[in-house]
Amino acid sequence: MHFDSFADFISMGGHGLYVWMAYGLTTVLLVINFVLPVMHKRQLVKEQARKMRREQQTP
Amino acid sequence: MMFETFRTWFHRMGSPKWFYDITGRWIPWFGGIAALCLLVGTVWGLFFAPQDYQQGNSFRIIYIHVPAAILAQSIFFTMAIAGGIGLIWKMKVADMVAKSCAPIGATMTFIALFTGAVWGKPTWGAWWVWDARLTSMLILLFLYFGVIALQSAFDSKQSAARASAILSLVGVVNIPIIKYSVEWWNTLHQPATFTLTEKPAMPMEMWMPLLVMVIGFYCFFATVLMMRTRNEILEREKRTQWVQGLLSSQ
Repeated sequence: MHFDSFADFISMGGHGLYVWMAYGLTTVLLVINFVLPVMHKRQLVKEQARKMRREQQTP
Repeated sequence: MMFETFRTWFHRMGSPKWFYDITGRWIPWFGGIAALCLLVGTVWGLFFAPQDYQQGNSFRIIYIHVPAAILAQSIFFTMAIAGGIGLIWKMKVADMVAKSCAPIGATMTFIALFTGAVWGKPTWGAWWVWDARLTSMLILLFLYFGVIALQSAFDSKQSAARASAILSLVGVVNIPIIKYSVEWWNTLHQPATFTLTEKPAMPMEMWMPLLVMVIGFYCFFATVLMMRTRNEILEREKRTQWVQGLLSSQ
């Protein structure tokens, strides 16, 4: 372990703001990149279900 | 013999259903390795790696900056090759792969630029300088935006794929410019820190977490690329029986 205390870790020797901005934004963007296709897939499944119901109602 | 095997594989890859099925089996592996590497690399890089004797702890940004910058270029390359295959052999799956590359590549380029700016401030005293490396990376971001815009600018999927493939292939010229920009021009940007061909310019305990992060970023890209391409397949093949069966069974 490189740091002596948790406060030491957060402050990153005075560079905390920069380090945490970089890691924070990257995490957010990677999560968005993963979630978008997951949601898209769900939407496709839902659309198909709706279509099936419509087809069953109008024979 | 080798050629025959390759040709069969190439033909199969061209079948959307086959691509959908095989990537469905690959995604958990790539996704799992990505999650594991990103977690291990981040903890290792943030907590355990020693600080740089000149840059202090701000150097820890390297563990996302360098992988993102490598991926930004690799993804562009992938996109151009896939686009080229789609252009020459009219392979639909290749077009879909190329289309799926663009938003992920744009994200990686943006991450590289943003983390670079945030790293530049404490290191160079400036968020941004108009030097060759930074400018060529900014051009890469605009090339990605161009491809994304072209993908949605046409009614016909074929025309959209063709136009984006041509822009990607032309844009590849920018990749060697990015790579050699730190050697050809005087620049503030430090030379490459991550090479597999030469002995690393940093101690092992700094370099190992970087390697883990690079692998993690590659696997993350592969995972999201497959997910996006699969959605693209479902959308374009939604009139086929196998897609309708598959969607209604979930």
